[in-house]
Amino acid sequence: MLNFTVKQLAAEIAARRVSSVEAAEFFLKRIKTLGKTLNAFISLDEEKTLVAARAADALLAAGQGGSLTGVPIAHKDIFCAKGWLTTCGSKMLANFTAPYDAHVMEQFNAAGTVTIGKTNMDEFAMGSSNETSYFGPVKNPWDITTVPGGSSGGSAAAVAARLAPAATGTDTGGSIRQPAALTGICGLKPTYGVVSRYGMIAFASSLDQAGPFARTAEDLGLLLNVMAGFDARDSTSLEREREDYTRELEKPLTGLRIGLPREFFAEGMAPDVAKAIDEAIAQYKKLGCEMVEVSLPNMKLSVPVYYVLAPAEASSNLSRFDGVRYGYRAPEYGDLIDMYKKSRAQGFGAEVKRRILIGTYVLSHGYYDAYYIKAQKLRRLIAQDFAAAFKRCDVILGPTSPGTAFKIGEKSGDPVQMYLSDIYTIAVNLAGLPGMSLPCGFDRASLPVGLQLIGDYFGEAKMLNVAHQYQLATDWHQRMPQGIETC
Amino acid sequence: MSLTIDDVKRIAHLARIEAAPHEAEQVLGQLSGIFALIGEMQAVDTAGVEPMSHAQDLMLRLRDDVVTERDQHAAFQAVAPQVEADLYLVPKVIE
Repeated sequence: MLNFTVKQLAAEIAARRVSSVEAAEFFLKRIKTLGKTLNAFISLDEEKTLVAARAADALLAAGQGGSLTGVPIAHKDIFCAKGWLTTCGSKMLANFTAPYDAHVMEQFNAAGTVTIGKTNMDEFAMGSSNETSYFGPVKNPWDITTVPGGSSGGSAAAVAARLAPAATGTDTGGSIRQPAALTGICGLKPTYGVVSRYGMIAFASSLDQAGPFARTAEDLGLLLNVMAGFDARDSTSLEREREDYTRELEKPLTGLRIGLPREFFAEGMAPDVAKAIDEAIAQYKKLGCEMVEVSLPNMKLSVPVYYVLAPAEASSNLSRFDGVRYGYRAPEYGDLIDMYKKSRAQGFGAEVKRRILIGTYVLSHGYYDAYYIKAQKLRRLIAQDFAAAFKRCDVILGPTSPGTAFKIGEKSGDPVQMYLSDIYTIAVNLAGLPGMSLPCGFDRASLPVGLQLIGDYFGEAKMLNVAHQYQLATDWHQRMPQGIETC
Repeated sequence: MSLTIDDVKRIAHLARIEAAPHEAEQVLGQLSGIFALIGEMQAVDTAGVEPMSHAQDLMLRLRDDVVTERDQHAAFQAVAPQVEADLYLVPKVIE
């Protein structure tokens, strides 16, 4: 069961060779041992998990199961799940039991999958290392002295350590792709609007998008089939025909044009990362792809633009945490304003407060045009760069992250250094494009390197085709961290 | 531009976050570094460029002005810090 993909495990469960209860128990046991060491989960609810697994088994016994019925999935603790503790990695919500389900949870529940637990994450998804979590840092299963990336670090570590065959995450500036890269698994951020944000605790609403983690591109397609779909309760959810994201997996890549942005390869990449990416390019040439040089001249501005827009939206979104309707309230306070100030000062961690302050400042009187409007204009230029590039290629390829997993504590004292580690992923969110990361090698310390693919709008199926064909020809995705078989 | 300690105190007040004096000093140092990074934006001329607020330049969908929610106040207030008679309790605002 350890190395089953989602597809394989679903087939075993559907054929009644493994029960959903057995699968849930197998992974729960791993989560309670290895999962503790990695600090990958914030909450488990074995009773709920087993009730769902028994229900899935009953459905299958009655011949009413769907393609993923009974498969255990770990969910990032940013998704409201009815009756589950939903903390978003924050003291602010440490005691918050969600009274309703996010659309993503409804979709998974309707598909009959089983929630195995809620995974650790950077507080309110603000971080690139999972060190800002109120519940402590997550450790990377490839080397427990290093970070798993963030903000969906718990989900990525869980899938890499075989604590679950798949997990969900959210990606505002790279929070699915970067942890996928740092933990040697696959992760996909869909086109903005493909997955509903309803019930997904908001960070930066114009950038936030949920997506799946798994070990193969094929699994990502199966999971995205469940997650995607129109939802009237999210005003940015797109009304589109349902599509099968696995439909193009088997297409040969002959003649595919892969765009290599000059700016991705100019500087900044660690030499071992550059080498692994070069080898992936060589592999794609062998598969019949044509390499095309493209340019994203404004990409270097994506980090500064992001650190205006995302904090601006965050400062507005997080104003709802006031100690009145839900969440943390300070034990002692004077008047109403004092209650707000103390509750928020005590309930939020340092990184969240920093971003709220940045956002408040750039939206304040006299600075709005210079920062917020300026950033929105640059956002358009960045999106236009991609549009021009996609006239000349079918997908864009590059690194996911400039380096591999860094040491816990290495960057946590220097926010700017931490922010710059998302240089290759942020522009994709600003443009609203789909992007994914898949493993493509290791550095000299045996830490995984991630390859990023960027698709044109709604190009998820094409991107998964490009990733799947690579995985048919290589075995990086089958490598496993040492010492995790028994735990 | 350079931030001052008074700027930090002002925005902390606007954001309704209490900041002790020593915290404000520390935050000032970090924010100054971040605003130096943000300042790189000014190097590019954006005259004539329309601001972009939605990734696909779509307008937000409108809906009919009708009630769609059912009454779930019991469930929603169950997670509130302080409730009495179906009302959220806060410190007295009006004397």
